[in-house]
Amino acid sequence: MMIRRYGLAACLMAAVMVAACGGNQPQTSEQGAAAPGSPVQINGAGATFPNPIYSKWFAEYHKRHPEIQINYQPIGSGGGIRQLTSRTVFFGASDMPMKDDDLKAAPGPILHFPTVLGAVVPIYNLMGVTDLKFTGPLLADIYLGKVKKWNDPAIAKANPGVKLPSTDIAVVHRSEGSGTTFIFVDYLAKVSPEFKDKVGVNASVNWPTGIGGKGNEGVAGLVSQTPGALGYVELIYALQNNIAFGAVQNAAGDFVKASPDAVTKAAAGANIPEDFRVSITNASGAGAYPISSFTYLLLYQEPTDKVQGKAMVDFVRWAAADGQKFATELGYAPLPQNVAAQELKSLEKIKVS
Amino acid sequence: MGDRGDLGFRLAIGAVALLVVAVVVGIGVLLVRQSWLSIQEFGVRFWLTRTWDPVAGEFGALAFVWGTLYSSILALLIATPIALGIAVFISELSPVVLRGPLTFLTELLAAIPSIVYGLWGIFVLIPLVRSLQAATPESIKALPFFSGPPFGVGMLSAGLILAVMVIPFTSSVAREVLKTVPVAQREAAYALGATRFEAIRAAMFFARTGIVGAVMLGFGRALGETMAVTMVIGNRPNITLSLFEQQHTMAAVIANEFTEATGDLYLHALIEIGLVLFVITLIVNAGSRVLIWAMGRTRTPQLAAAPAAAGAAA
Repeated sequence: MMIRRYGLAACLMAAVMVAACGGNQPQTSEQGAAAPGSPVQINGAGATFPNPIYSKWFAEYHKRHPEIQINYQPIGSGGGIRQLTSRTVFFGASDMPMKDDDLKAAPGPILHFPTVLGAVVPIYNLMGVTDLKFTGPLLADIYLGKVKKWNDPAIAKANPGVKLPSTDIAVVHRSEGSGTTFIFVDYLAKVSPEFKDKVGVNASVNWPTGIGGKGNEGVAGLVSQTPGALGYVELIYALQNNIAFGAVQNAAGDFVKASPDAVTKAAAGANIPEDFRVSITNASGAGAYPISSFTYLLLYQEPTDKVQGKAMVDFVRWAAADGQKFATELGYAPLPQNVAAQELKSLEKIKVS
Repeated sequence: MGDRGDLGFRLAIGAVALLVVAVVVGIGVLLVRQSWLSIQEFGVRFWLTRTWDPVAGEFGALAFVWGTLYSSILALLIATPIALGIAVFISELSPVVLRGPLTFLTELLAAIPSIVYGLWGIFVLIPLVRSLQAATPESIKALPFFSGPPFGVGMLSAGLILAVMVIPFTSSVAREVLKTVPVAQREAAYALGATRFEAIRAAMFFARTGIVGAVMLGFGRALGETMAVTMVIGNRPNITLSLFEQQHTMAAVIANEFTEATGDLYLHALIEIGLVLFVITLIVNAGSRVLIWAMGRTRTPQLAAAPAAAGAAA
């Protein structure tokens, strides 16, 4: 009797486990066979920075096309690229263009589609000092640990008339790998050969100096509490939390305070290659903010599932046009006209039939 | 029939127990497989070097191992006396009306999410530590333990926050262990004319293996804690004795860099950090088993100063 009861329990458990494991697999093939008009589920993963606008877009798009449901997991750019190349998700998203090696390692050609723009701003905590100005080489020297005091002649030179204290600069950077860090060090490496040489460009780097704060909120928290601190956060984070930030000198010599408008200008003036894999930091146009960057959706040129592929192409077309109006209210910079137009052309490369 | 029922029960329970072994072995195998590139590339050097440069592809775990062990031991040193004090007070001295609320409150500490501890650390603890650092006289700052700039974030903040997080675990288990001491033990101690202090000492001696277990549970918790630590430790791979300096831990670097780790070697190096943490946790746990086993064998109590209590315990 007893053994029968345990045996039954074991069988039940096994059955539940098999059902749980097997349940997910047939999904994709079913969708693949689905006729247009029936529900389409698309999964994506990647950068955290654009998550607020992507969520908004996917919800708005779902309202307009109820059959299309796009799920997005903000797990980080690196994770998004990994999941895309292992085909765990249908599309990826990244704050930085994929490297040549990663593209080569992927099972098929991957295309980049810029969606909106973001920027990184320097924030600081100096009693009584507002509206500081920074040059690129100065920021690089501070993050290299060469400029250590706030009253350093290099800072004084960029800020004539500002009374600077003699306190130490407490340098704060992101502790985790992030697109924000990538954009920031990409800029510093462009304006300072020494920074490029010693530190290099990556989502996380071996910082010669400073404290690591976790996330934008960690960096902002450390800066706001540490007298004499200097850090960097995303523009959208600084705007939403009313954090004062400094102006940065662009390649044309103007000191520009970041704003969605100034960021869009940086992209409008840049030379955009056909595959959109370009860094637009250190822009030179008048009024262009120099620490700006695209954020991308990543799609396979030959999608395995044509129905999902078609839906994604339609979505990107909508996002590059109508969708852009949601950008500014959320603190993102919309794409300039020329980039949006170029993007529509590039979308035609995706083989959906 | 009864025999067959027993056999079935035995097999079912045995399978469940084996499942745990299988999971541990599985984690080990997976960690080795997923970090193979890094193991091949760096070998023993991974354990012995401190450079962590994702751009150049140079990875060494030493600074993270140092930070993890340092912060956990520091937390243990701060938390153990307090946690044991709480346990003794609740189980031996506290008025009965206070017992319930006190138990509830200490256990509530364990229910607070670590991200909340981290935020509390940033907004409350760090400013406190910073003012402490600023008030430290120069002569003390010359000591290796107290050098470093007054930023507040660093090893001391991490140790303190870990200590608060560890206390409920250690004190709950220690309290339960003290509860299991037979009343006859205490009564015997009193009968022999022991003071309250001596009677409590006798009870603690009786419960010593369980108390060591409670402390080691706290240590294990401290080794693996991630979020609260990374928010206050400063996240710099440093090897220094200074409590005021920024340092880094293994769990923190994995949590920080895993999502954005592109490139196979980088990813494998991060997973190898996980492997190192896994091995260190195994060593710590095995060590505590050995310690408990060795203590369990001690027959003669080491309480020469309290003959009455010693007599009671023996």
